[in-house]
Amino acid sequence: MHDISAHAVEHHAPPTSFIRKHVFSLDHKVIGKQYYALALVAALSGMLLSWFMRIHLGWTNAAIPGLQLLSKTGAPGGVITPEFYLQLMTMHGTIMVFFVLTTAPFAAFGNFFLPIQVGAEDMPFPRFNMMSFWVTFVAFLVLMSSFILGDGPTLGGWTQYAPLNSVGSVAGPGQGLGVVLWMISIALFCVGQLLGALNFITTTLDLRVKGMSMMRLPLTAWAWFITSCMGLTAFAVLMPACILVILDHVAGTSFFVPSYSVINDQLQPHSGGSTLLWQHLFWFFGHPEVYIAIVPGIGIVSHVLITNMRKPMLSQRVLIYCMGALAVLSYMVYGHHMFVSGMNPVSALAFSFPTLVITIPATIVVLIWTFSLYGSKLRINSASLFALGFISMFVSGGVSGFFLAQPSIDIMLHATYFVVGHFHMVMGVAAMFGIFSATYFWFPKMTGRMMNESLGRVHFWLSFVGAYCIFMPFHYLGMAGNIRRYSSFPDDFLQPLLPVHKWITVAALITGAAQLIFVYNLIHSRFWGKPAPDNPWEATSLEWSTATPPPFDNFGGKHPVVYHDPYQYGVQSSVGDYVMQTSPEQVKTEHDEK
Amino acid sequence: MATTVHEPPKIDPRRLPDQGHSGNGGWRNLVPADGGLRVTQEYSPPPSSTAIWVVVFAVTMMFAAFSSALIVRKGSSLDWRTFPLPSVLYFNTLLLLASSITLEVSRRRVATFMGGLKSQVKSPARWLYITLLLGLLFVAGQYVAWSQLRAEGLYLATNPSSSFFYVLTATHALHVLGGLGGLIYVIRKLSKSALRRSQLVATARYWHFMGILWLYLLLLLWMKL
Repeated sequence: MHDISAHAVEHHAPPTSFIRKHVFSLDHKVIGKQYYALALVAALSGMLLSWFMRIHLGWTNAAIPGLQLLSKTGAPGGVITPEFYLQLMTMHGTIMVFFVLTTAPFAAFGNFFLPIQVGAEDMPFPRFNMMSFWVTFVAFLVLMSSFILGDGPTLGGWTQYAPLNSVGSVAGPGQGLGVVLWMISIALFCVGQLLGALNFITTTLDLRVKGMSMMRLPLTAWAWFITSCMGLTAFAVLMPACILVILDHVAGTSFFVPSYSVINDQLQPHSGGSTLLWQHLFWFFGHPEVYIAIVPGIGIVSHVLITNMRKPMLSQRVLIYCMGALAVLSYMVYGHHMFVSGMNPVSALAFSFPTLVITIPATIVVLIWTFSLYGSKLRINSASLFALGFISMFVSGGVSGFFLAQPSIDIMLHATYFVVGHFHMVMGVAAMFGIFSATYFWFPKMTGRMMNESLGRVHFWLSFVGAYCIFMPFHYLGMAGNIRRYSSFPDDFLQPLLPVHKWITVAALITGAAQLIFVYNLIHSRFWGKPAPDNPWEATSLEWSTATPPPFDNFGGKHPVVYHDPYQYGVQSSVGDYVMQTSPEQVKTEHDEK
Repeated sequence: MATTVHEPPKIDPRRLPDQGHSGNGGWRNLVPADGGLRVTQEYSPPPSSTAIWVVVFAVTMMFAAFSSALIVRKGSSLDWRTFPLPSVLYFNTLLLLASSITLEVSRRRVATFMGGLKSQVKSPARWLYITLLLGLLFVAGQYVAWSQLRAEGLYLATNPSSSFFYVLTATHALHVLGGLGGLIYVIRKLSKSALRRSQLVATARYWHFMGILWLYLLLLLWMKL
């Protein structure tokens, strides 16, 4: 057989030293696990910060023991100041969006499974792949270092709006060095993701084994491919924007600070900059970023549900087209974040229309899921439960997007908790549920051990109910006029809402604690879990046709050949009601007989 | 209900063979279900050929972001001061264009060399060295341009126009340095007789792209500064 890998992959021998095996590894599977570990640490950090914020929002004067260790001035005696609240909020958003929602579903699982699902023995550029992780890791360290350097992290929110992002510490604690560290961190993160996208795209296009046509790729592989195309465009734009902000800080340029800006009674030396310029550059990245977080989840959920439904989706092709449409449209809608920015109202209309249009592919995806599920005998397990939870969150959070897409309604709801509820459900929790579903589904293949199913189900129900208890009330708060980013609510009209905040805080603490069940399950199962067979879910794609865990070169020196579409379920074969992609066995489906 | 069969499948001739413009699997379902691979094409472009287009796209997006920032920044303010471009830039442009020509010459000579006609090409790396030299001269020339502007009192933060001049030219120069790194890599591989044609083609494409990008930047700077 023609040896595809001989000329396609930069060969690297199996590692012998500890450093090469576990630290600076070139193996895509180790890099995937490293990304997962980074995302796990980041998620726990981000969750801890959200706990601090929630406690403060419910009980403004509550002293949180030990918090002064994080910031002496920001939390004297453990009580959070308004400035420190904003710093916590900024770090929570940044950590979650970049280092969890981007790294886990895309970089972690994509790195581990994309080469296996296409039948390759590694990514084509393993050194770039290794650099991708380590640059991202350094980016995380740089971001977290702002807690101990200077006067703390930036307080400008994850969107870092101009001009406050460019004028230095006059704008508040962390707006000097904190912003510079934030910008360096995100610029590094962009480099890491661009290197990752380079590998993902070339792996998908060039390293598919014999028989693995594009339409035979599993939906996860399609999702990662589409996401990497989005990342390539989005991160390549965010990086220059970050460089310009850094120059405004350290070189005295005036890209983003307008003339005669007076901030905290001080006239700024910059002149002529454009604040809207930052918003355009940022949101050109920022909205596709939402889909960078969610499209891998769409692929994962489809993959998991099909396996557990034991039948293909109504149309795999339409699902792929919809993911592609989401990717393309995501660049045309970014202005809906700027309806109240002073942008020309005609532009608002122009951005409103595609924002409503983008709901069409999203709706089609949900309808395909729903009608495929209808009448199926779904195998209920932790992975499929979280996949169902994903759909629930995606729909519940997505529906509020219809309101926000319309400029006239958005003027009222903008910068309220309604928006916070919307994006937390549709991209935050939904994407997290996608990560959980993928973890329960692929953990056996990644580690060679099964996760505890009972703990997984407890984790699901607590997370599912908890997430609704936290984020549905956000919508009501928003409609009642509760503005986001306030650290306390002394105004008369906000006082009656305080019990809702207390309820949310209690729910957040319980739901957050439920995640510790997951962490326990993850660690315990990794070492003491039941040994996993090669194909515990009776699945069809290539990752299940190799050993568990996969050998260094993925297929033990062989190159698989693909004979079937990815989801041949509901058939009669020698192994059961499915036939694997690598099986030469011929099967007739019910469709054939008709 | 479904039945297992082991008959040879019917192959749809419209699907075979693939034209071989993508990966090993091709864009269509090209492998028959009995796995008869001899009828399928073996062609697969090396990933470096695809990768270089990915890199070109990412760099294009980056400069598109810088360009749109320049246009918006100029259009939204009254503090924009124009200044004549240093004349050395035009000389640098000629250097970069010449380097593209020398690289093409070297690519053909190396191809002949790798094609087995080693006796016809005595030193295949010579034109690569000339390209490398021209590239280095371009970067040095850009430094001269920055020095000239500094001598005129135009620094990075003097005016948004000078800010953009430095940002765009320095970012481009950094990417040219990346291309020079690629050339050095190719020369090293060639000296060890381990060079793949695809690596040379990818490096050449990137280098030509640097030239095209510079022509675009020069036009942008000439029109807007």
